[in-house]
Amino acid sequence: MFNKLISKQQFADLLKDDMVLMVGGFLGCGSPEALIDIIIEKRVKNLTIICNDTSFPDRGIGRLVAEKLVGRVLTSHIGTNPETGRQMVEGTIKVELIPQGTLIERIRAGGMGLGGFLTPTGVGTVVEEGKQKMTIEGREYLLELPLRADLALVKGGMVDKAGNVIYHGTARNFNPVIAFSAETVVAEAGKLVEIGSLNPESIVTPAPLIDHIFVPGQS
Amino acid sequence: MIEDQKLAKEVIARRIAREFKSNQIVNLGIGLPTLVANHIPAEINIYLQSENGIMGMGPAPAPGREDPDVTNAGGSHVTVLPHGSYFDSATSFGLIRGSHVEYTVLGALEVDQEGNLASWIIPGKKVPGMGGAMDLVVGAKNVIVSTLHTEKGKSKILKRCKLPLTAVKVVKMIVTELGVFKVTPQGMILTEVHKDSSVDEIRANTEADFTVAADLKTME
Repeated sequence: MFNKLISKQQFADLLKDDMVLMVGGFLGCGSPEALIDIIIEKRVKNLTIICNDTSFPDRGIGRLVAEKLVGRVLTSHIGTNPETGRQMVEGTIKVELIPQGTLIERIRAGGMGLGGFLTPTGVGTVVEEGKQKMTIEGREYLLELPLRADLALVKGGMVDKAGNVIYHGTARNFNPVIAFSAETVVAEAGKLVEIGSLNPESIVTPAPLIDHIFVPGQS
Repeated sequence: MIEDQKLAKEVIARRIAREFKSNQIVNLGIGLPTLVANHIPAEINIYLQSENGIMGMGPAPAPGREDPDVTNAGGSHVTVLPHGSYFDSATSFGLIRGSHVEYTVLGALEVDQEGNLASWIIPGKKVPGMGGAMDLVVGAKNVIVSTLHTEKGKSKILKRCKLPLTAVKVVKMIVTELGVFKVTPQGMILTEVHKDSSVDEIRANTEADFTVAADLKTME
């Protein structure tokens, strides 16, 4: 009835050069490391990555940067990955720094049918450059626009075979939000469980949002 | 002036910890602000929020008890208290931008007498990114800057920030090892002076203009 499990090869077939990817993780916590392994193995190039931070050179999203597969990154922090800074200075990677709350809300807007939103964050700073400003009840706001991706890579704590996801600890971060905002969503399952074994009250990401499930260790 | 930086930071952290009341949500930045958690009086129950998705953050786990999926916004292993909870980043920044966070405590590269803050970039030298700082200082009800009074002999508290700003006119309070300033629309007011310092010493080490409160208090 549900056939969402994909092989390493089937995931590799989804990857194309110049793709826009959203990837979960906060300083590497909650990143789909097994899917990242497959991206590195296939060596797709000039990826645009939308993520909280570029992690460390040897962890999570940071490994994609270190492997020089990323042409552009939209993120809130690059300070823990010297390789991102080095490639930025060298001119081989474009970095768009976005306040963390604005970044996640732009992703949320992209997935929840909103044409944008007004935020006070960044008013009076370089963040406001080129953006429309609006005054609502005497307070200034910036108009921020939605973000969407071709592919979102989610790390689930427990995933059932239908695609329902629950997360563990702070590994949740961007994951349930990016699951709304891409054409195709792949969940890497920390643990795959049978349908019916997760409590419907506890499910964070409803099954239909997940297109494919990858279980690390599968061929 | 307290010469020992470690001691100076403890003085700052201890003072800031006295600001909080039970049931308030507090976000502590990385570095010096993190020390504040060690000084919160036992009878005060606040919720420490971590922007990566924790309400009710606890101390670091005992060695060997770390959970790789339970970290703070600096990537360090932490614990979550029995009354705590986890949530996604959109919810976390809803809490922050929506003024549910009572206090955010953070460091500064520069802070000025109008309450402007520069804390995220030194163009051409250091470009780490703003992370969640811009949202925190705009969204939290009270912004406390914790900083050593001077760096390499120069005042950290300026008439006007020179570096790119994190936010405009958001800082309400500045705590250094020498004293406490309140930032008001009428200007900066020195409200407390450390017992081993003096108004004269603070004047000599502060670029910003300030007035001295009529009821100037002593900071322990």
